[in-house]
Amino acid sequence: MKILTGNDLVSGDVIWWAGDGWSRQVGDSADVGDHGDDLARTEEAALRVVGAYVIDATLTDEGVRPAHIKDRIRALGPTVRPDLNLKPNDADAGNWVI
Amino acid sequence: MYRYDSYDQSIVDARVEEFRDQVQRRLTGALTEDQFKPLRLMNGLYLQLHAYMLRVAIPYGTLSGKQMRKLGEIAAKYDKGYGHFTTRQNLQYNWIKLADAPDILAELATVEMHAIQTSGNCIRNISSDQYAGVSADEVADPRPWAELLRQWSSFHPEFTYLPRKFKICVIASDDDRAAMKLHDIGLKLVERDGVIGAEVYAGGGMGRTPMVAPQIRDFVAEDEIISYLEACLRVYNRYGRRDNKYKARIKILVHEIGVEDYKRQVEEEFAHMKQLGLNPPTEELDRIRAFFANPAYETGLSEDIDRADPAFALWVDRQVAAHKAPGYAIVNISLKPLTGIPGDASAEQIDLVATLAEQYSLDELRVTHAQNLVLPHVKKADLYAIWQKLEEAGLAEANLDLITDIIACPGLDYCALANARSIPLAQKIAQRFAAAERQAELGELKLKISGCINACGHHHAGHIGILGVDRKGVENFQLSLGGSGAEDTSLGQITGPGFSEDGVVDAIEKVTYLYLAQRESGERFLDTYRRLGMKPFKEAIYG
Repeated sequence: MKILTGNDLVSGDVIWWAGDGWSRQVGDSADVGDHGDDLARTEEAALRVVGAYVIDATLTDEGVRPAHIKDRIRALGPTVRPDLNLKPNDADAGNWVI
Repeated sequence: MYRYDSYDQSIVDARVEEFRDQVQRRLTGALTEDQFKPLRLMNGLYLQLHAYMLRVAIPYGTLSGKQMRKLGEIAAKYDKGYGHFTTRQNLQYNWIKLADAPDILAELATVEMHAIQTSGNCIRNISSDQYAGVSADEVADPRPWAELLRQWSSFHPEFTYLPRKFKICVIASDDDRAAMKLHDIGLKLVERDGVIGAEVYAGGGMGRTPMVAPQIRDFVAEDEIISYLEACLRVYNRYGRRDNKYKARIKILVHEIGVEDYKRQVEEEFAHMKQLGLNPPTEELDRIRAFFANPAYETGLSEDIDRADPAFALWVDRQVAAHKAPGYAIVNISLKPLTGIPGDASAEQIDLVATLAEQYSLDELRVTHAQNLVLPHVKKADLYAIWQKLEEAGLAEANLDLITDIIACPGLDYCALANARSIPLAQKIAQRFAAAERQAELGELKLKISGCINACGHHHAGHIGILGVDRKGVENFQLSLGGSGAEDTSLGQITGPGFSEDGVVDAIEKVTYLYLAQRESGERFLDTYRRLGMKPFKEAIYG
C-alpha cells in the first residue's frame, strides 16, 4: 500500500493521512493509491502539513508498517527515548522498527 | 567573557523581529515552504525526522551561568525537557513548535545568544579549545580571535552564500583539543619573535570526503588575520564548485587545484586585500581581548585534594585537568552516562551546571566538541562539593577520553539524513565496556560514531570509528581504526566488510583484546595501531 506522511506545519509533529484528515498514529493511515502526490499538494496548500511525501507500507497483523526503517522510526519516535515515543508502555516497541 | 555592545544587541534583536514576521507569514500562507525554508535555516530552524529542530550557537563553546540557565529554561518551557550538545559546540532542541521559534530566539537574545548562521552555506559557529584561557600551554587565549572572527563573519555580505558551509576553528596550544585540522580553516595561534600570529590550515574536513587540512601559511601576524582569511574565503567563493554539493567544500577545491596553487592565489588576493585597509583597528581587538582577561584568581589557595572517598578520587584522576593558576583546576563534566545518550542533558542538569558555574567557576563554563561540559575555574578545595552535586544529578561519570566517552551524532533516532542509529550502538558499547577497571586498562581510546556519511559523529577521527550505513533497508556498521582529531591528526581506515549492531560491538571487543595483547609499555591504542598497522587487527576481527 501507499501511504502519505509529513509534519504538522505548526507543531512539527509527524502525521499520517487517515483518509479524511491527519492522524498522529501510523496505524490510522489510509491507502492513497496513486493520489498521494495530489493530496500532498492540496494539504500543503491548505497549511495543514509540511514536507509531505508518499511511502510504501504494508498492512500486517499489527497494523500499518512503513517499508523503510526511517519511516518506522518516524512513526514510533526516538527508539532511545521510550518515554517520548508513541508506545511508552510497550517495552518491545524499539524492536518494531528493526 | 565577551559582552554584547549596543550594535551586537540591536542586530540580534532586529533579527528576532524579522524572523517573527517571517514565521507569521508562513503560518498564514503568505510564504510557501520553498520560500520560507531558506529563511528558517538562516535562523537555525530545521525540519527534522520528528519535528522542527533549533540549533543554537555557543560561540567558541563559552557560556555564562545565566546563558546556560536560559538554555535549560527553554528546554523545559518549549521542548520536552532536554537539549543535545553537538560536536560543533552548539545546542540542539529536538521538539520545537514553529510558532514558538520567534519567542525562543527572543529569550535567547536576552542572554546575548542566537541561532544565526547555525545552518546554511555561510561561516558557521567559530569553534575553539574548551581549555582556552586556562591551559598553561597556550601562547594566548584564542577566544578574542574567535570572537573577532564571529563579528567579522556574522552577516558578512560577501560570504552569506558560499558554495557550501564553512567551519573555522581557533586554537592556541600544541595540544589540539578541538580537531583544528579537520575544519575548513584552522588557525593555530603561535608566537614568532615576540609577535603573536597564526599558522593557517585550509581544506580540512570530514563528511564523505575526509581530508586533513594542509598548512597554507606558517605565520600571519595577528593584525592581518582578518585580511588573510578574507583572501582565503574570496578564492574559495570564486572557484569553489557550485554545480555539485558533494564537491563544493573548500577541501575539494584545495585538493583539485593543489595546495600550492591555492596558496598562490590566496597570497595574490591577500596582497590586494592589504591595500584596502580592512583589518580591524588594533583598539577593537584590544577591546575584545579585555573581556577575556584573566579573572581575579584568589591567591594562597591550597593545592591539596582530600582523596579519602575512592569514587571521588577516581573521578578526580579522570575528569580534572591542570589549571594555569595555582590552587585551581579544570573540571570536565561527562555527558556520557553509561546508559544515557551522548551529549544529551535534561533541563534540570543544565540548570545545575549553570548553578555550579556561578558558585564555583567564576560564572563560566564551556561546551566541548566531544559533547561534554567544562567548569574552567574551580578551586581545588571545592572539587568534592562539586562532585557530590554532579553525582546526585547523574553527571559524575569518570570516563573522559575512555572507550565509553563516545561521540555520537543523533543518528536515525532524530536525524532525517541518517542511515542508521548511532545512539543505541553507543549505549551497547558503553554497556559492554562498563566496568571501570576495564576502561582504565584500555586507557585513552576515542570512539566516535556517525549515523551517515556526513560524519557529524566525527567517525573519521576516532581511534575507533563507526559509520552507520543502509544495506537494503537494514542498518549496517562500518568499522575504522586509526583516526585522530588531536595534534597528531589522522583519518581512520576501514577494516573491511560491515557488521550488524551486535556484530560491531563484538568486533570492537576483538580489537581491544589484540591491543591489550600487543601493546608495548606506555602505548595508547592509537600508538599500537600505528606501530602494527591494520593487518593484525583485520585478522583478529575477521579471522
